[in-house]
Amino acid sequence: MATITSSDTETVGRIRSKGFRLPLAVISYLQAIPLTLILGFFLLLPILMIAVVSFWDYDFAQMYPDFLTMNYEETLGSWVTWKTYLNTLKFALLVWAITLVIGFWVAYFLAFHIRTTSMQMVLFLVCTVPFLTSNIIRMISWIPVLGRNGLINSGLVNSGVISEPIEWLLYSDFAVVLAMVHLYTLFMVTPIFNTLMRIDKSLVEAARDAGATSWQILTNVIIPLAKPGMAIGTIFVVTLVMADFSTVQVMSGGQSASVALMMKNQMSLLQYPAAAANAVVLLVLVLTMVAGILRIVDIRKEL
Amino acid sequence: MHREKRSREFYILAIFFAVFVLFLYGPLSAILILSFQGPNGGLTFPLNGVSLRWFANLFETQAVGDFGGSFRRSALLGVMVMLVTVAVSLLAGLAFRRRFIGATALFYLAVASLVVPSIIVSLGIGVLFNQLGLQPAWYSSAFGAHLTWTLPFGVLIMFAVFNRFSPAYEEAARDLGASSWQTFSNVVLPMIAPSLIGVGLFGFTLSYDEFARTLMTAGSFNTLPLEIYGMTTNVTTPVLYALGTVTTVFSFLVIAGTLGLIVHLNRRRLKS
Repeated sequence: MATITSSDTETVGRIRSKGFRLPLAVISYLQAIPLTLILGFFLLLPILMIAVVSFWDYDFAQMYPDFLTMNYEETLGSWVTWKTYLNTLKFALLVWAITLVIGFWVAYFLAFHIRTTSMQMVLFLVCTVPFLTSNIIRMISWIPVLGRNGLINSGLVNSGVISEPIEWLLYSDFAVVLAMVHLYTLFMVTPIFNTLMRIDKSLVEAARDAGATSWQILTNVIIPLAKPGMAIGTIFVVTLVMADFSTVQVMSGGQSASVALMMKNQMSLLQYPAAAANAVVLLVLVLTMVAGILRIVDIRKEL
Repeated sequence: MHREKRSREFYILAIFFAVFVLFLYGPLSAILILSFQGPNGGLTFPLNGVSLRWFANLFETQAVGDFGGSFRRSALLGVMVMLVTVAVSLLAGLAFRRRFIGATALFYLAVASLVVPSIIVSLGIGVLFNQLGLQPAWYSSAFGAHLTWTLPFGVLIMFAVFNRFSPAYEEAARDLGASSWQTFSNVVLPMIAPSLIGVGLFGFTLSYDEFARTLMTAGSFNTLPLEIYGMTTNVTTPVLYALGTVTTVFSFLVIAGTLGLIVHLNRRRLKS
């Protein structure tokens, strides 16, 4: 039956298409060309360029084509670099752990406790909207809250809890982590929400019928099934934090450092080859982390 | 379906969710309020009277830099990025529906575009343009830099959309004698239109707010986020908040408009 219909349509198609037709494989290639060209020219080529330039020589004004390992020796040989990498990893670890906890519970609440789909979508949008506004504005918005005379300090002083304003609220590592959590949590909420929504509710019911408590259902059914979403969220959050320079700069008031901030400072001093060497090291580190996470999860299946 | 009684877990999580929403919107509303600070007020509470002085200050160009120009550039760049993102992601999404040699490599290239630190993309494009003897500008190098950030989102969304798209509709159209172009424009396109609008919204807002990728690629004229970023270090008056309020309100209008359009399209489709 099925074969008859398909051969019928084929004949109809052949009769109708008098003109010349492209084979399907060629159409696929044509459709893929724009993406390939754009990413080739604006992503692959620039990264190759960075790799090349990282071996070049430079002075205060110019770069000179060369093959030196000096930029890498200077980068990897300095304890400042290692400290900066450790500091960046510390931020990544803290922000990852906090966004994972917040992200999971928010997604879990939306997916399992909100009963109508339209309400789920409304609440999800409420979470999403701030993430479509400017990152810098959202960073700055912490200043009147955390500052020396900010809302929290004046509230605590006026209510007599403390006598002196707390100094470490703003321009500190605390402020950096808080702002990063504020900026990046949605990147954890969305993928986890996506996987939780696809869990078959009958699995939960089956577990309950078999006598599992809510806690057992959570730890034995839901969390294992949510792992792919957590992995994708982790990729987002970790790469965003590893690449961050603006949050660290603005929220620490220049007192803390990150790898990307170090690169940015080198760039503003026109030390491009040094920045390029740093970029290569950072890129290798980030891609290794992502490759490690991708071993756990197949993104193509999760979309 | 019977309604169960809400458990204690529900109330605890509901409070947690409410605190989360407050965490998201609280600081933003603080600068919204403070942008109406009186003429003698500072960067923190309390409000020292209410005025529109800082908004007026925004439009006196010499005081805070070129706000109008950078806003126009950012908005135009956002529209350019949006159009290209929608078109290219749609084409790539269609391409990925069939298997072709190199499909996996291209897919992982798109994922790589998402995970490569923005500042590396920025530096790379800056150095590349420099070596090719091209002048970086917001409409060329920054445009490309923004596309490396918006395209992977667009491609992943289209990939997900077509994963769930049943080929039965197209087969039905073809059986009724539609050409492949008719099938695409009358059957496929209306069904995926809301997702395409979503991709467009992503393209516009991600570009409009992007600045790490613009840092080395904008050339001699700043985009709005670069202007704001510059202001964080040297502006100490509420004019910064006024600018924040204006751009945030603009973002909200764009988002609300787009969502309205998506809801409208969905309703019309359900009716027909």
